[in-house]
Amino acid sequence: MIRDTVFFLTSWLPEGIQIAIWAMLKIVAILLPLMGCVAYFTFAERKIIGYMQLRVGPNRVGPKGWLQPIADAAKLLMKEVIVPSRANRFLFLIAPVLSLTPALAAWAVMPFTDHLILADIDASLLYVLALTSMGVYGVIVAGWASNSKYAFLGAMRSAAQIVAYEIAMGFALVGVLMVAGSLNLREIVEGQDGSFWNWYWLPLFPLFIVYFISGVAETNRAPFDVAEGESEIVAGFHVEYSGMAFAVFFLAEYANMILIAALTVVMFLGGWLPPLDIAPFNWIPGLLWFGIKTSLVAFLFLWFRATFPRYRYDQIMRLGWKVLIPVTLVWIFVVGIGKFYTPFAGFFS
Amino acid sequence: MTFVQFCFYLFSAILVFAAGMVVTIRNPVKSALFLVLAFFSAACIWITLEAEFLAIVLVLVYVGAVMVLFLFVVMMLDIDLAVMRAGFTRYLPVGSVIAVLLILEIALVMVSGFGSDSYQAPGAHPADYSNSKELGRLIYTVYVYPFEIAAVILLVAIVAAIALTMRRRPDSKYINPSEQIKVRREDRLRIVKMKSNPRAGAKAADGESS
Repeated sequence: MIRDTVFFLTSWLPEGIQIAIWAMLKIVAILLPLMGCVAYFTFAERKIIGYMQLRVGPNRVGPKGWLQPIADAAKLLMKEVIVPSRANRFLFLIAPVLSLTPALAAWAVMPFTDHLILADIDASLLYVLALTSMGVYGVIVAGWASNSKYAFLGAMRSAAQIVAYEIAMGFALVGVLMVAGSLNLREIVEGQDGSFWNWYWLPLFPLFIVYFISGVAETNRAPFDVAEGESEIVAGFHVEYSGMAFAVFFLAEYANMILIAALTVVMFLGGWLPPLDIAPFNWIPGLLWFGIKTSLVAFLFLWFRATFPRYRYDQIMRLGWKVLIPVTLVWIFVVGIGKFYTPFAGFFS
Repeated sequence: MTFVQFCFYLFSAILVFAAGMVVTIRNPVKSALFLVLAFFSAACIWITLEAEFLAIVLVLVYVGAVMVLFLFVVMMLDIDLAVMRAGFTRYLPVGSVIAVLLILEIALVMVSGFGSDSYQAPGAHPADYSNSKELGRLIYTVYVYPFEIAAVILLVAIVAAIALTMRRRPDSKYINPSEQIKVRREDRLRIVKMKSNPRAGAKAADGESS
């Protein structure tokens, strides 16, 4: 209906431009709520960590502090972006964009409900994996272009860490696609049809844990935030950034967290499906279930940050290479044998 | 010109530009970043060929993993640009001969029956055609032995590379992590009971202050 209205209003334009306008409108319809979520996710983080540490968190701007993220954005917009001397100006300024773009572009294939998907492409699982793996360029380029040793150290740590955890992440997704028999995120959710014991977290429990831990590591969040490491390398890769350039890095980090939470929900926690397929639960629309589950998983990110101390660097590498990757390899075999050679085939599908 | 053609020419232009910059730009880090751009544009062109699986895998493997490690190394090297450029004129004749040979070889192949006359352009597939499913079916049925042999060769290469580069340093202060985790308070901490003597301490403090 909205589509017809848009095409009617722009009927004086050539058809190609009409399609482009329609695509733009759909992108805006996803990105605007997403940016709102990111803004209030930063607020939620400060409030939740505040309450966990017996403080109240921000409570000055607006009623109960609810306008804090807007004030933060306004402040950062008005600040000067300082480019360090002998820094590579072009790369310095493009690095935040390189880190934000993949975090936003991955939402193109996100199945919010069974019909609310921007691009229902065939290999959407791979697409998401490819895009999340590109986020590291923002960090590396920022670290190199800043012409600063701290930033450079942060970039080096981040590159090594992300390459290590991406393998575990990829293998965890191999398990998902073996069970679902599809690379399409919508079909993966539809394969989990039923109540919460039909979702993939149960047959793929080790992979679910591995995926989420790798997700926390990929987004450079505590306890894996050695790329920032305030106590030893000041703020890591974004130490030289100020104003809006810094804010874009910040946005990218939070958008990535919400993305990982949403992907965990889609692949292991049944996406838009209600936890019990009975009366009061399936009255709630699927989009709302998706939002509730994503919020709960995103809450874990904040809980981790308030709870765990930062890992030592060599222990991060050990966990990634010597614990998570072997676990995924073993469980892929378990799934493969279980699905095709044992009577438990129903459990693994 | 259709939209797909427009995309093809746009991505090809970016690809050729980026590939040119890879070899001409002086800074090795920027050169590696242009290589990333070249890979990405190539992936975009593959998508216009309806090879979305290969395109995404190209981005995932080469852009997401190989080039990250490449940049990792290139950034840490302190390359002296003057030394790198010194031999340019000396190597120019050899390089141009190789370039001409390559162009000749490609031209020979292209001219001798590679045009659209001898190979029909593949028709567009229906919307539900799954490129990845088709590829998986071919790899694991028709080409299963070449595929498995390639996998074994890669595994041998991994083992060889690790065996060649792994050196045990005798002076390394490495601690076994499992021993670290298993450590208990009793191993590290000894509580010593000492008889307290508050009067003597208080007297000494009084003496200093007075």
